[in-house]
This record gives sequence, structure tokens and C-alpha cells, in this order.
Amino acid sequence: MSLSSLTKPWAATSYGFLDASAKRELRRKMLKAIAVPGCQMPYASREVPMARGWGTGGLQVTLTLVNPASTVKVIDQGADDGVNAASIRRFISRVSGASETWDTLGASIIQSRHRVPEETLREDQILVLQVPNPEPLRGVEPNMSIARQMHADADYGRLWLTLYEQLVRKGRIMQGAAYPSLVNGRHVMTPSPIPRWDVPKLNMAKHLTFLSAGREKRLHAVPPYTKVEPLVFSDRPYRVEDHQQLVCRRSGIAGYFMNEIPQDDGSSSFEVSDSNLGIKAIRRAEGETVDIGQTWYRGGEFSA
Amino acid sequence: MSIDMSVSPAPLLPPQLMQTEALLTMRGLSRSYGAVRALRNVDVTVYPGEVMGVVGESGSGKSTLLRMMNLEDTPDRGDYRLRLPDRDDCNLFDLGRYQRRMLCAHHIGIVYQNPHLGLLMRHSSSGNVAERLLIAGERSFDVLRSKARDALDASEFPLARMDARPAELSGGMQQRVQLAKAIALEPALLLLDEPTTGLDVSVQALVLDTLKRLQRDRHITMVLVSHDLGVIRTMADRVLVMRHGEVVEQGLADQVFQDPQHPYTQQLVHAKL
Ligand SMILES: Nc1ncnc2c1ncn2[C@@H]1O[C@H](COP(=O)(O)OP(=O)(O)OP(=O)(O)O)[C@@H](O)[C@H]1O
Ligand SMILES: [Mg+2]
Repeated sequence: MSLSSLTKPWAATSYGFLDASAKRELRRKMLKAIAVPGCQMPYASREVPMARGWGTGGLQVTLTLVNPASTVKVIDQGADDGVNAASIRRFISRVSGASETWDTLGASIIQSRHRVPEETLREDQILVLQVPNPEPLRGVEPNMSIARQMHADADYGRLWLTLYEQLVRKGRIMQGAAYPSLVNGRHVMTPSPIPRWDVPKLNMAKHLTFLSAGREKRLHAVPPYTKVEPLVFSDRPYRVEDHQQLVCRRSGIAGYFMNEIPQDDGSSSFEVSDSNLGIKAIRRAEGETVDIGQTWYRGGEFSA
Repeated sequence: MSIDMSVSPAPLLPPQLMQTEALLTMRGLSRSYGAVRALRNVDVTVYPGEVMGVVGESGSGKSTLLRMMNLEDTPDRGDYRLRLPDRDDCNLFDLGRYQRRMLCAHHIGIVYQNPHLGLLMRHSSSGNVAERLLIAGERSFDVLRSKARDALDASEFPLARMDARPAELSGGMQQRVQLAKAIALEPALLLLDEPTTGLDVSVQALVLDTLKRLQRDRHITMVLVSHDLGVIRTMADRVLVMRHGEVVEQGLADQVFQDPQHPYTQQLVHAKL
């Protein structure tokens, strides 16, 4: 008996753009990342036809997950129609045969830059966040190998100290996006530059989240039903952006995260950042039957 | 029949400590850095509530010994035990990094000669104290503030400047911040490595006064390293004399100063007088 009689004839495969060995490495690292929630896993970031820093980390994870039955949604700051989002989405569907969608409810994989959609994600959905800087300790420890040691020892005193210092100097915590959060009571992660508004959506979520940085060559994950706790002092509660009262000037909906549009007269008007939610609200107002899912925030209040 | 003709050795302890169990015991500590034998078979015992002075010339291994006590380094050989409530007795050098950090955060405070080693110069003074509390798990901002304030106050640091950066403070004030950080959690053991060296004489006296008062009011056990015999004399109950990494003499401070046994100690004491 020879080895060849036990195995299938070998043929080079490159489904989904990445070669098989690249995907095998990514799969292993993604499984490890799920096994140790919030812990950063180094991987050999491959070349993809896009500049590093434009979501290559997220793209590599998506390409590893995708199959012809997948439905892919790609957003940039909440919008499906940005140039970058549109070209990433088209690229993924072209190399994989997966379908494209703008609708959060219909997507099986959602790749996103800087936002988590407003409609509550389900167990059968995977969120892939593009991360520019995955290291929450970068500000307190520029040396990466020492930072890794600090994670291993759960040595987060200095990180807490930066929050203390902000309260002392500014009276409030200035950290806006990428708010450092403790995952599963063990590793502190930076949840990519999603706004504070979106961080509670990752806590005990039904869906799986991958966070991947192509330039920094590291990825981490938040598995379903995993605790994600923003680092806050017990007597200084976590606060999301004050968007509860803002109304979208186009769709008229309120109680969601908004983009601020400065006006010539110095005032601002607002548009809902999750653009597909706004579009669906407009179409429903025009009389179409549109499925709008349950949202994480209801009446501006988080309720999951 | 043989009669023991040897003279009984002079008592090593003040009478009130004779019955007490040691807080710190180090046995057979040796450490080499390349060809330099920084510590050679050092034995140290420190009793609760006392001030143990460590003297010796430059390079004799005083700072190395203190770093060992603070678990910053591991010797080539040796055993280190601390008697702490709710802790099993074990050789502390067997502990991993995480356990060492937790033990030090809760039970050991240290003041370095060089404030840059002990302080984050660009954070606030109160933050430097708070960091210690944060490592120990305190998560209330108000409690952090008030405990940091109390510790700075006990170190006689001017509270109006509690949020100033150490980089903006004088050397004496920086030492007080280090001291506040060291005592913030009421440590079982306070290690002081030349805490007043580099300060001018009047500031030095003030810092020593603070240390004395802390010792009197809180009965903190201290190990005080200094090459200044005057400082040791005013502070220490017992003295350990080091030379070339070895302990050459150990005894009650008065005894060592009045009747030094080892030729090196004699030389040291007489040079000073
Ligand atoms: N990390 C190290 N690497 C190499 N050599 C070291 C190290 N630490 C200490 N030594 C050496 O060990 C010896 C003892 O140093 P140590 O700093 O303990 O002396 P000291 O008694 O504190 O001196 P001083 O009074 O000058 O502070 C010195 O010869 C020093 O060069
Ligand atoms: Mg020294």
C-alpha cells in the first residue's frame, strides 16, 4: 500500500484567492483565537490586491471563511456603498462565487471597518472587523515582546493607570473608539476602532467576531456568548456617545449611532451611520414591505 | 568529660525580639553576574517591626540583596521565605512572575535610590501611588483617590501637589512619592535602597524623620541600605555589614558600632569617627 493510494491526487487549489497553505495557517490561527478569546495570534499576513492598512487583515479572514453558499456584506463606517467597501465586496464575490448583499439580516459574513451593524446579529452570522492596531498596550508599552509578556501575566496596571490619569486631568475618560475591553475575564483587547456605542454589542453576543490586522499580522476573536467588559472604574460608569436623541435627516429614524454632517451655518445635521438601516426605514416609510431586524439599541437604550 | 570553655556569643537580638519568629529568612543566597560574585552565601534574618540596616562599600552587593528581597531577580542558589498571614510557607524564588508580582504588590514596598527606577515620571504623583492599588485589584476611582491621598499624606507629601508629575518635583519630593507608593497597601516589608542619598542634608533629615515616624506609628518592618553610617546609626535596630558579596558581620546596631568584631567593620566605623 502506498501513500498515493490512501490520498486523493494532489492538485493545486486556490479557491477564494488565497492558496491552500495560507488558508490552512489562517484557519489554525482563527481556531486558536476562538480557543483563547481576546488573545492576539500572530499570522503570516499574505499579499492581497489591496494596500496594507485598507482592511487586508479582515479580507484574509473573510477569504478563509467564505464559500460559494456564503452571502457577504462589507461596510466602511457603516456604509455599504463606499468605494473601498464596494470593491472589497466585489472582489470577494468574484474569487469565491459568494453572493453579495447590503442587508445585515441576509448576510452570513459581514466584514466591517469601524462599525457593528445596528440590527442584532445571529448565531449563524460572523462579523469580521478590520483592525489597524490590535495592541491595547501600545500606548503604555511600545516594546511588543514586553507587551506580550504583560498580556501573559494579565499585567494591566499601567493600562488602568492611563484611565485614572485621564479622569484626574480631564475629569472624564477621553478614549473614544477602540475602547480597551476585557474579554472572558482574562485578556484585554482593543475592539478595533468601533465607537463606544458598539462595544456592548460584543458582550455575550450570539455571533462570532474576528478582529484582524493585516499590517500588524495579528488576529483575535470574541466567540459567541463571551463576556466583553470595557475597562471602567466601579464608580465611573461606561458611557456611550450621546446619540440617543439624534434624528437622521434622511430616514427620520432616531436612537442609533449617527454621522455628523457639518453645515455651512456652523450647525450640524445627522445621518444614521448604518446606512442600510436608514435605507430600509425609508423604503418602509414609502410603503414597501421591508424586513427590519431587532436592533441592539431600542429607543436609544441598549437592551440585549 | 569536657567542659565548654567557649565564651557565649553576644546576643544577636534585642531582648524583646528573642521570642519572636522571623518575618524574613534568606539562606545561602549566591548570585554571580558573569565573573562578578555579587552575593556569596548570604544569610539574612529580619524580625517583625525592626529596622535592619545594611552597610558596605560600593559594589558590595547591597542593592543586589534588596532586589532579591523584592523578587526582581533570582539567585543562583538560595532560599527566601516570608511569614505572611494566609500564605503557605514556600521558597519565594520558586514562584512564577505573576505570583511574584501579586506578592510584591500586596506585601513588599520598595524605595529606590534613583527615583526613575521606582516612578513613572510622566504620570501624576497620585497616579504613581494608584498604580500599586490598581495592580492589587482596586477598581473604585474614589477609593483610589482617597487611598493615594492618605499614603501621600503619611509620607508628608504636600497634598496640593498630589497630581503633579514627579518630573516636576524636587528629589526629596520624589522620594516621598516613592515612599507613598511603597506604603499604600500597608506592606509587611519596606525596602529602602539609599533613600536619602543625593538629597541635601536638611532634606535628608526630613525624609529620615518621616521614616522614623512611620516606623513608630505603623511598626513597619524595614530593610534600609545606606553607605552612610550616620543614617544607619539613627535608624537601625540591627546592622548587617557586607563586603565583596559576603556578610562579614551582623548584630545589634549599638554593639556593631561600639565594638565591631570584623576588621573591615572596625575600619569602617573608625573611618567614620
Ligand atoms: N544586573 C547586573 N548585571 C551585572 N552585574 C551586576 C548586576 N547587578 C549587580 N551587578 C554587580 O554586582 C556587584 C554588586 O552590585 P550592587 O549594585 O549590589 O552593589 P551595591 O552594594 O548596591 O553598591 P552601591 O553602594 O554602589 O550601590 C557589582 O560589582 C555590580 O557591578
Ligand atoms: Mg546600590
